[in-house]
Amino acid sequence: MDHLIPNTLDYPVISLVLLLPLAGALIALVLPDREGKTASIHKIWATAVSVATALAALPLYLNFDAGTHLYQFTETRTWIQAFDVSYCVGVDGISLLLVMLTVLIMPVVLLCSFTYIGPRHKEFVFSVLLMETFMIGVFVSLNMVLFFIFWEAMLIPMYLLIAVWGGERRDYASIKFFLYTLVGSIFMVVAIIAVYVKTGTFLIPDIMEHHFDFGFQVLVFLALSLAFAVKIPMFPLHTWLPAAHVEAPASGSVILASVLLKMGGYGFLRFCLPMTPAAFDMFAPVFILLSLVSILAGGYLALGQTDMKKLIAYSSVGHMGFVTLGIFVITSMGIKGAILQMVNHGVTTGALFVCMGLLYERTHSREIRDHLALGRVMPWFLAFFVIFSLSSFGFPGTNSFVGEVMILIAAFERSPVVGFIAIPGAVLAAAYMLRLTQKLIWADDDGHHHDIDPDKQNWDLTPRETATLGFLALFVFWIGLFPGPFLEVMDTSVTHLMDQFHQGLEQTKDAHGAGHALLMQWKAVLQTLI
Amino acid sequence: MILSLLPEFVLIAAVLTFFALSLGKVSTAILYRLALGAAVLVTLAAIAACNQTGVFFFNAYSVDPFSQRFKILLCAGLVLVIAMSPGLFGVRKELSAEYYFFLFLSMFGLVMVSSAAEFLTLILCLEISSFSVYVIIPFRRKGRGYRAQMEAAIKYMMFGALATGLTLYGVSYVYGLTNTTYLNELARMVPGQINTEPLLVMGFTLIFCGVFFKLALFPLHFWAPDVYQGGANETTTFVATLPKVGSVVMLLRLAALLGDVPSILTLIISILAVLSMTLGNLSALVQGDIKRLLAYSSIAHAGYLMIGIASGGQSGLVGVSYYITAYLILNIACFYVIYHLAPLGTNIGFDDIRGLHKRSPVLAATLAAGAVGLAGIPPTTGFMGKFLVFMDAVDKGMVPLVIFAVINAGVSAYFYLKLIRAAYTGDAESGKPVHIGFFTKCLGGVLILLIFVTGIFPQPIMDFFSRAIRNAVPFFS
Repeated sequence: MDHLIPNTLDYPVISLVLLLPLAGALIALVLPDREGKTASIHKIWATAVSVATALAALPLYLNFDAGTHLYQFTETRTWIQAFDVSYCVGVDGISLLLVMLTVLIMPVVLLCSFTYIGPRHKEFVFSVLLMETFMIGVFVSLNMVLFFIFWEAMLIPMYLLIAVWGGERRDYASIKFFLYTLVGSIFMVVAIIAVYVKTGTFLIPDIMEHHFDFGFQVLVFLALSLAFAVKIPMFPLHTWLPAAHVEAPASGSVILASVLLKMGGYGFLRFCLPMTPAAFDMFAPVFILLSLVSILAGGYLALGQTDMKKLIAYSSVGHMGFVTLGIFVITSMGIKGAILQMVNHGVTTGALFVCMGLLYERTHSREIRDHLALGRVMPWFLAFFVIFSLSSFGFPGTNSFVGEVMILIAAFERSPVVGFIAIPGAVLAAAYMLRLTQKLIWADDDGHHHDIDPDKQNWDLTPRETATLGFLALFVFWIGLFPGPFLEVMDTSVTHLMDQFHQGLEQTKDAHGAGHALLMQWKAVLQTLI
Repeated sequence: MILSLLPEFVLIAAVLTFFALSLGKVSTAILYRLALGAAVLVTLAAIAACNQTGVFFFNAYSVDPFSQRFKILLCAGLVLVIAMSPGLFGVRKELSAEYYFFLFLSMFGLVMVSSAAEFLTLILCLEISSFSVYVIIPFRRKGRGYRAQMEAAIKYMMFGALATGLTLYGVSYVYGLTNTTYLNELARMVPGQINTEPLLVMGFTLIFCGVFFKLALFPLHFWAPDVYQGGANETTTFVATLPKVGSVVMLLRLAALLGDVPSILTLIISILAVLSMTLGNLSALVQGDIKRLLAYSSIAHAGYLMIGIASGGQSGLVGVSYYITAYLILNIACFYVIYHLAPLGTNIGFDDIRGLHKRSPVLAATLAAGAVGLAGIPPTTGFMGKFLVFMDAVDKGMVPLVIFAVINAGVSAYFYLKLIRAAYTGDAESGKPVHIGFFTKCLGGVLILLIFVTGIFPQPIMDFFSRAIRNAVPFFS
């Protein structure tokens, strides 16, 4: 309990942020339905709710004390007395940025679906707002049961987003998404209960203080990391992602890319690293290897796509590979880079999916060949697109550059081999993004310039779309040019996380003696492989 | 005495009233209102008698916190079961009064089961309840002939008779070894002897068979799919819910009686639990008839329940009580949708659900909530039930059992998702709109609320039952 700083504001800020979208969703259900009008009352209502939520969450960032690793703005209420399941929420330097990312991306999600989502607005905004509550809930929960409830509750609204408003193969994609993520996390509940039985508490900060014996750590680590690896997604569990990304509506893709994938990385940092340090350390080489495979395979597969959304989906696999690489090199620099990169990926890839969505609205196609030579019809759009694609491959001055460089430095510190293998991933990213950008702007089937097709004259961005993309572009440069404040926020928390990790590692070493020596040998064998 | 036995007296009055009504001609609509009124009255009587205690009929009938609390659950379930089927679409018009007559008679048996403190009484009460159900299954309207319902009734009866025979046989063993059929006396003797006396294990296994039959646990599950499919939708709703609660009540008494001494029985129950879940879930994957699907799902859920029984102990049994409450609500929600989708009392396939969100948003939402709950996805009551049961099992070191269970939960998610998919993604043009009354819509809303509210706030229900479980061995504590 002494890890929690009670909420100092005079109102329960986190509960408010959690409740606003939920209440908004319920109210949306009873708003009058006006079929036929595209920009319906529901979407305006939902956008207003999401903006209000973002404003309500701003005090979290403004009043955040970066000088402490403790959880701030916490609220604790008893919930199920029998098992010490409490409603306990709070943020620290690791979750704050992800919470802010979530609340800021949700207005974008709603704005980009104003014309994209045709029928059934009511159910749509209901699902999106429910998702918002659940996603914020995952990042602020300090109780494992609460965390798990939010984590699993997301499945149904997200399933509906893909299955109802998705593309042609939505049925296949939505079921694949559902089953992968559900089956991935079934062992999590066993791990959570097992940890409770060992420690007598579900409270995350208290569990971190507890030291488990090595065998138990391994089991818990494996059970949890399966869930997180599916969510990230990590090679070879990534196959649900391209399907889901491609078939989901633009808004669904943005939610998936910007927030859902981050939960895996967050889970590794919040649970696996501090709770099962020895197991984390032991399996780190395996996960580094898988990260490298993700980076290279993601990039390589992206290079071969003709479907733009698929291309970006595979690029996500690669980018998230960098994130897991940063996490599993287990240095302060790597972890900070990973967290920042999660935020960057949320901004950049989210923006790219918004771009894909608005192109799809105009052409009803996702193929690159249907979008050649748009340079003359959509100059404003392409200006934004270029910004985001530069950011996507980590061009200096953009946000991803900072994160990627930090991760690469950390990787080189651990082992030059790892660093050298990861570098081509960054190059591949440049290759596929530049190829896509080039085709969208200039390439034409026969190399001749045509007059602008009269149908396409009004294709460029509407004010709503400009606002959406402009908002995201702002963050691209803000983080890219002034990353300092963003890194400062997480600094103390990450340092503390590393302390926890090393302490836990020492304890396991002391407790196991000879057995640990054997483990070190196995680790050495693994490390020679990488 | 009058107040202690108030629910029973009110039930007898209701049974006799419907018997009298069956002699004349009364329209189904009036009968429905009378039945609903009677069910509410019984529930109020059960609530009024909640804190009564007493022993009747030579110690064979015990009114204690355990029985009274489960009576309230049973009666509340009856209100929902009756309320959701106005008009009795699936039952022959001329048999409406008889239908309610036997329904209340069966209910009377179940309510008595929860108070029975002696084996022969227990079996007698169980038989009152079962025989009434055997009678109402063939009441179904003529579909393509009477074959399906007759087959279902005969199957149910034959298997039921077999199960009762096994139970009686088991009781004879137990009686031979302990010289008593009273539960409280057995509770003193059995925990000490169960690990040294193989015949006692044999006896209890046979007794459990009777309960397993009612609960449709592997290997006594064969009747369930056929009976679910062959019975009218409203009859199946009853068969799928309240007799199962009744058998869980009996099971809880037996489990409390055995104490938390680990024995070979624990192992037997664990193995049956795993087999039941696996068979139920795998078979449900390929079903096209929704009632058949729910039958296999109930076989699987009987397996999850058994985990709580196997782990035993106070918190495990509270978990089981919560689980059966959740199961009751979720199944009623699903059957409520099935019933209203078939105004002619026919069976429902996936095609009939397609595009339901457009044809009736309330039904679609109720079905989705029910399916999500049965799949055990938070924040529904189904998740909380599984969580409580698993929690106790891990605490008792039964991790492998829980791992089997969560894998099964993963498998089952697919066919529950199929229901949601059919309701929400099918094209809306394929089916006619479904018209349901205002009262029925409200009932759907109530069911959805129940599913989520009891899932998010399980504490009151747990408190309610933990008092009951503490007194599960009659006049013992």
